[in-house]
Amino acid sequence: MSSQGLTSGGRSVTTAPSGVLARTTTALSRNPRARLALLLSAPMFWLVVLYLGSLATMFAASVWQVDSFTGQVQRTFTWDNFHTLLTNSVYRTIALRTVMVALIVTVLSAVIAVPVALLMAKGLRSSRTRALLVIAISMPLWANYLVKGYAWRIMFDERGVLDWALHPLGGHTPGLGLTATTVALLYLWLPYMILPVYAAFERLPNSLIDAAFDLGGRPWFAFRTVILPLVMPGVIAGSIFTFSLTLGDYIMVKIVGRATQLYANVVYDNIGVAGDLPFAAAAAVFPVLVVVGYLVAVRRTGALESL
Amino acid sequence: MHRNRKLASLAMLAATALVLSGCGSKTTNTEGEGALNIIVWAGYAEDGSTDPKVDWVTPFEKKTGCQTNVKIGNTSDEMVTLMRSGEYDGVSASGDATLRLIYGGDVAAVDTSRVPNYKTISSFLKDRPWNSADGKMYGIPHGWGANVLMWNSDVVKPAPTSWSVVFDPNSKYAGKITAYDSPIYIADAALYLMKTQPALGIKDPYSLDQKQFDAAVALLTQQRKNIGSYWAAYTDEVSSFGQGSNVVGTAWQVNANLIQGEGKVKVSTTVPAEGATGWSDTWMLSSKAKHPNCMYKWMDWITSPKVNAQVAEYFGEAPAQTLSCDYTADKTFCDTYHALDNKYAESIYYWTTPRAECGDGRGKICVDYADWTKAWTAIKG
Amino acid sequence: MLIPRHVRRVLIGVTAVVLLFIHIPLLVVLVNSFNTSRVFGWPPRGLTTQWWSRAVENEGVRSALLTSIKAASAATVLALVLGTMTAFAVSRYRFFGRSVISLVVVLPIALPGIVTGMALNAAFTTTLKPLGIGFGLFTVILGHTTFCVVVVFNNVVARLQRVGVSLQEASADLGARPWTTARLVTFPLLRSALVAGGVLAFGLSFDEIVVTTFTSGPGLQTLPQWIFNNLFRPNQGPIVNAVAAGLLLLSVAPIWAATKLSADPASASGRL
Repeated sequence: MSSQGLTSGGRSVTTAPSGVLARTTTALSRNPRARLALLLSAPMFWLVVLYLGSLATMFAASVWQVDSFTGQVQRTFTWDNFHTLLTNSVYRTIALRTVMVALIVTVLSAVIAVPVALLMAKGLRSSRTRALLVIAISMPLWANYLVKGYAWRIMFDERGVLDWALHPLGGHTPGLGLTATTVALLYLWLPYMILPVYAAFERLPNSLIDAAFDLGGRPWFAFRTVILPLVMPGVIAGSIFTFSLTLGDYIMVKIVGRATQLYANVVYDNIGVAGDLPFAAAAAVFPVLVVVGYLVAVRRTGALESL
Repeated sequence: MHRNRKLASLAMLAATALVLSGCGSKTTNTEGEGALNIIVWAGYAEDGSTDPKVDWVTPFEKKTGCQTNVKIGNTSDEMVTLMRSGEYDGVSASGDATLRLIYGGDVAAVDTSRVPNYKTISSFLKDRPWNSADGKMYGIPHGWGANVLMWNSDVVKPAPTSWSVVFDPNSKYAGKITAYDSPIYIADAALYLMKTQPALGIKDPYSLDQKQFDAAVALLTQQRKNIGSYWAAYTDEVSSFGQGSNVVGTAWQVNANLIQGEGKVKVSTTVPAEGATGWSDTWMLSSKAKHPNCMYKWMDWITSPKVNAQVAEYFGEAPAQTLSCDYTADKTFCDTYHALDNKYAESIYYWTTPRAECGDGRGKICVDYADWTKAWTAIKG
Repeated sequence: MLIPRHVRRVLIGVTAVVLLFIHIPLLVVLVNSFNTSRVFGWPPRGLTTQWWSRAVENEGVRSALLTSIKAASAATVLALVLGTMTAFAVSRYRFFGRSVISLVVVLPIALPGIVTGMALNAAFTTTLKPLGIGFGLFTVILGHTTFCVVVVFNNVVARLQRVGVSLQEASADLGARPWTTARLVTFPLLRSALVAGGVLAFGLSFDEIVVTTFTSGPGLQTLPQWIFNNLFRPNQGPIVNAVAAGLLLLSVAPIWAATKLSADPASASGRL
């Protein structure tokens, strides 16, 4: 399709142009290279110079150090920050905990998303019901992030809704902590999983679903061998969000996690509380490597196009 | 009648101001400049935008003609940076910013004679290391508070008199102890060690050399096992005490009042034998102030008995102004906060930012705040 | 029927539970905003509307709301321009590094917000500060645009792939000038994708707090920042409740708008 675009550019305008705008557009349409350069210049300035440049500025600082006498960043090369991060077991513990939470959130949201998305895409006769369901599912996406965190605080608080609801049954809320954090994160990112999976289901022809389930009365088998592999790109696309958003969250932990520490808290506490940019930047290398590695791996599956 | 009293006190103030300014140099112009830019902690300069009923900036503007722009500073670092821009006339600085501002030349010494209300400010807040230098006051004290020991009086008996109740590894209340979730809490452990292990030679819980620091961290690591839950937001503590999952720990007086107000759980507070950490804030005048007269008027206004009472009650701390105690809405407020209790105030070690420079002749061998932060991460695990 | 009845019954059961999971917390926030108690406790001891009226009168909330709207609008417009340009480049041309672009575009949203925030903060401090540009609304807009581009890009790319180039070619073959083709053919084809991308971008920006924290200047407060600052302050709890509930009701607006403006309501939520 892209090469078509190139050729179509060459034979576009036949009438004589007038005015600056028309002249420019004509010149551009005659020269696809120039048109491409113009299209890309602004976005690439933004994303490469501004964004990647900023990342580079920050990571450069990770091999510097804050002078403990003056509090200023000292621009002399040192591996000290990485050495501390790698040798101190607390950072490993926290990193492992964070990856575990991210995996749990991702797996749970995929398990929930697939049946819901299947029903939304293929299980409803009326398109009105479907539209309503899409809206109902994506509603929390539009609710404020902090409001949602606050909602889970109310749910899990020792005097909250869960405790009140479980009390007659002799139960208790697990209280604010790691469990509450995991549930809240699952809640936050669930729509980010459901929507891409729903889109993946929608792209499947109805006849295929029909045929799969007709295979002989074993719907689970049909689902697992035929349908699931076809919606996998959607699941992977969703997992980019659920996984990396969990990896980077430090605020939800503060709201519903009490003193629970996830990896982003380490980064935040060192920059936001102590003002130690070099150490925070060094700490940030870990989630960035994980996410970029994941993205590169996932790009081969074509999932980036299913976002 | 109430109104008359207010008028009378205003007239008195004006008269005092006139007399005082008359005494000073005749060339000093004390006319307000019509504007004032200040940096404050949230809650210190309320102009009705948070709650229309909470407003002491508008009356100040009406009285002095100084149009006031309030900028909320979120951290001491931010406040220092803002003050260095030279755009502001003053700041409500905490102990961890004041010295940096004084020695950085960002704030000027204050002519206390131009702040009539200064006379009746608690004497234990005057000429202290965090707000004065070379015998000159570098600001007007505003309010202070302690990080007290709070306990559930139905459960914790007898009433504790020492922080050992939260630091002792064999505490009866293990599993139901709470602590403040911030690196600065390391100072609470250091203060306890200062009194219980004199061999460590701790003189100031904020200036710790590596050995002293390690001892404090070890104490907190051991305490971690006995912690029911830490609190960062005041609501965390109110909830956990209200529910009974925590029964003893460090607290702000505000938290105790909120729990008490609910009437479900009875709590008491004290400053234990070892003393306590706490905070003390000071209004400082920028050395580059464009509206110094308005800033003087503000410093006088905010420490005037009625306004200081209002701020203190809203924020939940002891007013610096001794006369404020007659004006608090809650008549027991000053007693609750020990506002006039000299001995109580003397036992408080006010928060400052730990720096490598110990500040007591030991040199640059102390552990700085960046390392306090890392240690706190390790303690929590 | 595509799906066997008993399978469908299971699906409906799962979906019902998920809907409860999604909506109960939101409902609790709504109810709690009428709670008379100053300190949170469930169930509410009594009901009152005073927090709502105080939240409405609250000037801090109003100015924060205005700041948020300004930042989100500017970031959305910039993201629409940048995202659409990138989408055209990627789907209409073949060039070296093309496949890398889709990765670079998605990076700002896939990387943890704190990394993006810290990086921008470090870069702005070293480049903008010396130029006399301080942190403020401008830097917040720069930051928000960076992660909003991707949602516009994704929506437009998907649409361009679906509609192909035949209509534009036909228009050109019939003698239309490029500008005319863009206005009469390309834009109408893209409109609903732009709306979906724009609404999502606005929502992302309006809701963002992490990058905002790192790029915002002293004194500037977006609504999420206001909420976060007041969430942990004594006496402010009930007002935060009311603001939270109000925002919840407001969040129906973009959904409604997207449904109205988009031809196919089922795809109204757009592509992430």
